[in-house]
Amino acid sequence: MKRLTTVVIALACGIGAVWADTDPIAQRRALMKSDGMAAKKMFDMSKGATPFDLATVQDSLKTLYDGASKSAALFPDDSKTGGGTAALPAIWQNKADFDARFVKFAKDVAAAQAGIVDEASFKKLAPAVFQNCGGCHELYKAKSG
Amino acid sequence: MKRVVLVLALLVVAGAALAWVLSAPKPRYTEAEWQALGLSGDAAAGRLVFFAGGCESCHKSPGQDDPLRLGGGLELKTPFGSFYPPNISSDPADGIGSWRPVDIANAVLSGVSPGGSHLYPAFPYSSYQRMTPQDVVDLIAFLRTLPAVPGRAPANDLAFPFSIRRAVGLWKLFYFDNAGLRPDPGQSAQWNRGRYLVEGPGHCGECHTPRGLLGEMDETRALAGAPLPDGHGKSPSLRSGGFLDWTTADIVEALTSGFTPVGDVLGAGMTAVVRNLAELPESDRQAIAVYLKSLPPLGPPAPAKP
Repeated sequence: MKRLTTVVIALACGIGAVWADTDPIAQRRALMKSDGMAAKKMFDMSKGATPFDLATVQDSLKTLYDGASKSAALFPDDSKTGGGTAALPAIWQNKADFDARFVKFAKDVAAAQAGIVDEASFKKLAPAVFQNCGGCHELYKAKSG
Repeated sequence: MKRVVLVLALLVVAGAALAWVLSAPKPRYTEAEWQALGLSGDAAAGRLVFFAGGCESCHKSPGQDDPLRLGGGLELKTPFGSFYPPNISSDPADGIGSWRPVDIANAVLSGVSPGGSHLYPAFPYSSYQRMTPQDVVDLIAFLRTLPAVPGRAPANDLAFPFSIRRAVGLWKLFYFDNAGLRPDPGQSAQWNRGRYLVEGPGHCGECHTPRGLLGEMDETRALAGAPLPDGHGKSPSLRSGGFLDWTTADIVEALTSGFTPVGDVLGAGMTAVVRNLAELPESDRQAIAVYLKSLPPLGPPAPAKP
């Protein structure tokens, strides 16, 4: 009996973990959160608030590229509400534009990955990456708490 | 019995007459009073008033990026129906090119059109009424320099009884605080500038202050956060929650670039607000931040009664 209970609990945990893993709202929120932290590191550097560090920049760009290439697929039709999502209905009314913005975002990040080799190239290429944030949030992200 | 009917009929007529009188539009200035102010406008200064006021957020022609093409027509969804901000370009027929300066001043400061009817408070004159006449004159000078854009916005599509324009006069009796804004001599010039920008042209409270059933702002909870009128998301509280952790520098940064201290980028309506405020001198964003940081924190609202 004890063993059965253990098995059931283990299964339940496993299913729970898999479910969270496949819940697109939770997934895209996690991606967006790491995107935000990564962008913030780069942004602070671009303002001179923190010293320039190439390794941190490339790490952050990798995170952003990951987010940019995976996020678009995480907005299926059945994920419009719930889970604390700040996604606006406009996403699904303009899905083609929404998807295209992620493609452009990934492209701009890739260009930055390839082109940023020192502080000067960072200052030159970073703004193009940041510009993607506001453009998309304006149309597709609700204000939140 | 006949007598009762007669008395009732008289009461109804008297009531209607009273409502009509009470709801009369009251423009702030007559032409003579406006002239007597003896002000002259400066378009460069007016450009800053234009961006402080965020005029383009609502009046910009939709579907294009030029903030100075003010053809109007963007749909504003609210619980009362849809508003379509009008064309305020210098087009003499479709825009406001043929309005006298006093007409524009009365629209901005008292929500009254040149024809003498009420404008709906979706146009944020509840806040703009705090603007100085000099700022209004400068704004007019700047608007005059902008291109004429032909075409009219669709008519508002409002639910009854909100569709009765005259009724806005009764709303104003109760809720339109036509008191302007007096500087607080006990506070710094920077603080007063910040308050002026927040409560006047910046009209922050129009989204961030919760509203009552008739759309009136609850000034006891000014800037304490409110659901957005279109029902999607909310304008966060500037007097509680995470915002209290923001430093003055964080606020200035968010109003300049959109970046928040937690790595988010301001979205929805704030994107346009940031775009506009970024046009102001840094000292103005500093002043806004100093004023916002000075507001006493507020707890969450009392739970709604069941």
